[in-house]
Amino acid sequence: MNRIGLFITCVNDALYPETPKAVVTVLERLGYEVDFPQAQTCCGQMHANSGYRDHATGLARGFERAFGEYEAIVTPSGSCAAMARDQYPDLIGGGIGARVYELSEFLIDQAGVDDVGARFPHTVTYHPTCHGTRALGLGDKPLRLLRAVGGIELIDLPEPDQCCGFGGTFALKNAEVSSAMLDDKCRNAAGTGAEYLAAADNSCLSHIGGGLSRAARASRGVPKPIHYAEILASAP
Amino acid sequence: MSTAFPKAAKVALGMPQLRSNLAHATGAIRAKRTDVAGELDDWEELRSTAAAVKADVQHRLPELALEFERNARAAGARVHWARDAAEANRIAARITCEAGADEVVKVKSMATQEIELNEHFEAEGLAAWETDLAELIVQLAEDRPSHILVPAIHYNRTEIREIFNERMPDAPSDLTDDPAALAEAARLHLRRRFLSAKVAVSGANFAIAESGALVVVESEGNGRMCLTMPETLISVVGIEKLLPRFDDLEVFMQLLPRSSTGERMNPYTSVWTGATEGDGPEDVHIILLDNGRSGVLADEVGRQALSCIRCSACLNVCPVYERTGGHAYGHVYPGPIGAILAPQLEPGEHDDLPYASSLCGACYEVCPVKINIPEVLVHLRRQGPHGAGERAVMGAAQRVMARPRLWRAALRAARFLSRPWRGRGHVRRLPWPGSKWTGSRDMSVPPRLSFRDWWKERER
Repeated sequence: MNRIGLFITCVNDALYPETPKAVVTVLERLGYEVDFPQAQTCCGQMHANSGYRDHATGLARGFERAFGEYEAIVTPSGSCAAMARDQYPDLIGGGIGARVYELSEFLIDQAGVDDVGARFPHTVTYHPTCHGTRALGLGDKPLRLLRAVGGIELIDLPEPDQCCGFGGTFALKNAEVSSAMLDDKCRNAAGTGAEYLAAADNSCLSHIGGGLSRAARASRGVPKPIHYAEILASAP
Repeated sequence: MSTAFPKAAKVALGMPQLRSNLAHATGAIRAKRTDVAGELDDWEELRSTAAAVKADVQHRLPELALEFERNARAAGARVHWARDAAEANRIAARITCEAGADEVVKVKSMATQEIELNEHFEAEGLAAWETDLAELIVQLAEDRPSHILVPAIHYNRTEIREIFNERMPDAPSDLTDDPAALAEAARLHLRRRFLSAKVAVSGANFAIAESGALVVVESEGNGRMCLTMPETLISVVGIEKLLPRFDDLEVFMQLLPRSSTGERMNPYTSVWTGATEGDGPEDVHIILLDNGRSGVLADEVGRQALSCIRCSACLNVCPVYERTGGHAYGHVYPGPIGAILAPQLEPGEHDDLPYASSLCGACYEVCPVKINIPEVLVHLRRQGPHGAGERAVMGAAQRVMARPRLWRAALRAARFLSRPWRGRGHVRRLPWPGSKWTGSRDMSVPPRLSFRDWWKERER
């Protein structure tokens, strides 16, 4: 399993290239060969969870075409990994969903590594994203990796298990409720005084970061959003 | 598609007192539940067993319902079948009139809320008095419950004192907002009702098929008064409340109090089987209620909603419920369970409720009977209807994403068109529908160089 198929996710493809770059850095540092199948697009989660089953099935088939040859597919997104693992068996059958790993799962369970040899001398608070934690059962795996980072100071986030309010199209369909949830998440994050808020999903971070950047205009000392893979990739 | 929920939620979000009452109350119950559930080493096994018992009941519902009817009749109860709310209400009103009564006392019951028994009785010139403290508060305020277990969760004690002072005729003039004083005032008020009532109406938490027994679980003792003092007892029981055996209660009686009030054991559990001469009501009626349940049963994914034991743990952990309260859901069953039950019990109605969730999964995590609420929410979303605009956007997005070349071209176009905003790093305001996002969050701007560019560069 030294050759890994990297699924960067559509969100990172469109908006956040630094995160998949970081995944490549971390995996190569550990001696893995990383492939980037060009035909990848989206796992189909947005369509599946918004009630468009047929559309999602088409995208799942596309995923299978792009990644069918890989024994291990690694992605820096808890919710996309959960989509593949929980919903692909029902949508397209076959075993590809079970071969998709969120980065921390791959590092800890498959590679057997806690310490990826990174150094990040900053204060960081960690938000456990809902799909990663509950649907995928990541537990504290991303945190275990962060704890092993040199120079890092982790600060507990109050009410960590409360959803940030993103929820895909929920953020648009119930924008007011979503925003009320976001306000509380941002207040808790800012209260830690940390320089960074880390998480395992850039879709959630896009939401929290969008709230934090607005809060940053009103007051100083608001944490910057960062995917935890980027912390793991920082040079020792 | 209905937009009742987002609209009602917006109103609720604008009420700071409501939000503070809800956050305080749900937070307190949530912490207690976590503590007492954590005390049991076999909590997960209990959940799995309960889910299995309920699944078995759903598979054998007709058979178990007939077994229950047979045994309850043999024990002296009269069993009635009600297809819907109107039929159940007619039967209950007829029994009340035949007993020569024009009023009933009530045990807290979701089934009678669901069929709007109180409203029906009022229209018939009969009175139905709630005797659970919180239900009494809600009834006096001419309001609706906002929580399954804690119907007055949206009031704080100062507000409750005002309701008693204004609307309870025998409230003492020097009533304070001390909880003990409020409870005592309600107790004296209710005592007079218990002593004069000839007929009581209850629901049931469980109906035991093998014996025909009904079980009511409560905290205040008002239920015990209603179930033992009047001559006539009418119990309205949803057919999904059946359990095959009395022994099954062992599992559910560990799960229910811990999940609902965060207590190891509830103060009062009443079990009765038919009628017993000289002991409690002698005229015992049971109305078995369908009211949409057989339709839910026919849906293989959706039917797990019928496993619900109305503990309301899912409400207390739900970040959406915590911010909107129960009224926004527009149905007697609010919160996550309501979002999957209401649209199934009343097909074609409440089609916006399956979207009243971020799919965070906190509800599934605590559900004592393991109802996979996120799974059912997504299942119901698939049944539509979807608005024409949304269908067009989703269809276009899918067509692009299903073609890698088109997808890459779209990303290139986005990077090109967003150049003016790149310096700032985010967009503060987008036109509709993007304004739904930028109303409260900034939007990230596509990067100058994509991951794909970087990868190509590196391979060179």
